[in-house]
Amino acid sequence: MSIRTPPPILVFGWGNPSRGDDALGPLFIDALAGRALPGVECLTDFQLQVEHALDLRDRQRVLFVDASVDVGHPFEVSTVLPARDTSFTTHAVSPQVVLSVFEDLERCPPPPSTLLAIRGEQWALGTEPSPQAMARLAAALDWAQAWCTTSPPAPEGG
Amino acid sequence: MSFQLETATVASDTLRRVAIDPVSRVEGHGKVTILLDEDNKVHQVRLHIVEFRGFERFIQGRPYWEVPVMVQRLCGICPVSHHLAASKALDLIVGATTLTPTADRMRRLMHYGQILQSHALHFFHLSSPDLLFGFESEPGRRNIVGVAEQFPDIARKGILLRKYGQEVIRLTAGKRVHGTGAVPGGVNRSLSGAERQLLLRDAYQMIAWSREAVEIVRRIHEQDPTLYDSFGSFESNFMGMVAPDGSLDLYDGALRARDADGRILFDQVDYQTYDSLIMEEVKPWTYMKFPYLAALGPERGWYRVGPLARVQNCDSIPTPFADHERRTLLAYAGERPMHATLGYHWARMIEMLFAAETIKDLLHDDDIEGDELMVSGARRREGVGVIEAPRGTLFHHYQVGDDDLVTMANLIVSTTNNNQAMNAAVREVARRYLDGRELTEGLLNHIEVAIRAYDPCLSCATHALGRMPLEVRLVDAAGEELDRRCRQ
Repeated sequence: MSIRTPPPILVFGWGNPSRGDDALGPLFIDALAGRALPGVECLTDFQLQVEHALDLRDRQRVLFVDASVDVGHPFEVSTVLPARDTSFTTHAVSPQVVLSVFEDLERCPPPPSTLLAIRGEQWALGTEPSPQAMARLAAALDWAQAWCTTSPPAPEGG
Repeated sequence: MSFQLETATVASDTLRRVAIDPVSRVEGHGKVTILLDEDNKVHQVRLHIVEFRGFERFIQGRPYWEVPVMVQRLCGICPVSHHLAASKALDLIVGATTLTPTADRMRRLMHYGQILQSHALHFFHLSSPDLLFGFESEPGRRNIVGVAEQFPDIARKGILLRKYGQEVIRLTAGKRVHGTGAVPGGVNRSLSGAERQLLLRDAYQMIAWSREAVEIVRRIHEQDPTLYDSFGSFESNFMGMVAPDGSLDLYDGALRARDADGRILFDQVDYQTYDSLIMEEVKPWTYMKFPYLAALGPERGWYRVGPLARVQNCDSIPTPFADHERRTLLAYAGERPMHATLGYHWARMIEMLFAAETIKDLLHDDDIEGDELMVSGARRREGVGVIEAPRGTLFHHYQVGDDDLVTMANLIVSTTNNNQAMNAAVREVARRYLDGRELTEGLLNHIEVAIRAYDPCLSCATHALGRMPLEVRLVDAAGEELDRRCRQ
């Protein structure tokens, strides 16, 4: 829809603000947006979806941020590559699938992407994020600010 | 009361249990359990879904003006539907019985944007893999990435249709998520000229792609009528909302129901009286209730809602292309209504076309840029808001005290309205495809295909990484696990 050139870095967090630690993704986005980092666009949604592949257009780097039960304390960082996994178990999809859909739509490799998974434990509707999760969020924000303001390593052979 | 195959008539300790847990590509956690005997004969099939039960408590005690925003957090997939249904109910609390033209157009635009994006997501991303590749095709390909590989143009259009619907929502609700556009008594914004032009620029393309989508699903249906007319087919009543002239209106109107032969059971019933029209039955094996028409009782009064019900319940569709497609579907069905579960896909695409045409019409209406946004009147203590959400009729009912706090909330969501229908569909499919056969992933996917046709949405926006495998367990009569398959 838009013809503007997007900021080179996209940080995309997702989750439901009313489901306990699932709020970590949108809270992270709110807090990082508040730091007004140059060249960084912060987007959020309830769930990661196929059309979010379109948000990856013209980006130099992407950071996906979500709450997860399957990571160590306080958070884990991993490289995300396109994958044709079968995470289509609900209306939501995985970051790997978003990258894969990007490849199919744009006929080019997706921007280098990183997943920041912040550990969470409780997800009940109507509950606040736990104090432990909020502490991990603060640590994750500091890491992300450094990630956003550090030049990425040159690609191999480049 | 119990329906055929709902409860096994032989001792359950002589049967083995198969669980599809969770059902994939539906919103939230669904589980199907099937009881089989030694010869794989099906004795019992149940769809269990853990749904909204805590949500009413989530709402009670909150100031009424917070509710249209907070109910969006009930659901990661149809937040706009809850936003609008709550706003409609709370319009009555603030005495706003008739909204300004601008508020009406803005809400309708938001709603049809939601219909467009939701139907596009469901057909292109969740169901088209089954329909394009076949129910028993290789599971690794039976997904949107497989569609994008083999049918890149279809996948691309599906994504852009959905993106367009999301843009409509963003510009009418004010934000990409957690919008605040509708408020009790009206809306808090209208479109600017630039926003209107931005959306108009692509509106005709969306209509063209929606027409293509109807064509795709109609052709799929017509190419294999033996499968599509009979798969998960059963007779039921249909219920939905229609405009005063009987035409399709997904935002407002009154309730109409037809029986399995298409005869009108009731018409133009004010939804403020829904609680005398509909009752809900509780079953011990599931948290989800079973609504039925009170006048007919639980055995004969259960009904279907959603696209197939709506397209056949109305007398016409007020946009030309969609109405043409409605008449094509009715002609295909013949003298009686279409009862085939897979007919939902066809009807859903007709509704998507209706939404695209309606969005275009609303964007050409100058009231969309008006500045009279709010009305109010004599304060009331109770209100019911009903909307035809993408998956079917959605009821929000609130009572509010003099202190402005919500004292009672009752929600009947679309998926609950289709509960008995989904159970009937999986029983029919199990009886026809599984009975007496060795189970395979492809056969079990038939069960999921039947459920997915209804696009059940269970508001499960918690989606921590790695938490949604499809697990199928075979358990013997003693409860010992014999086999397990897990689709990560």
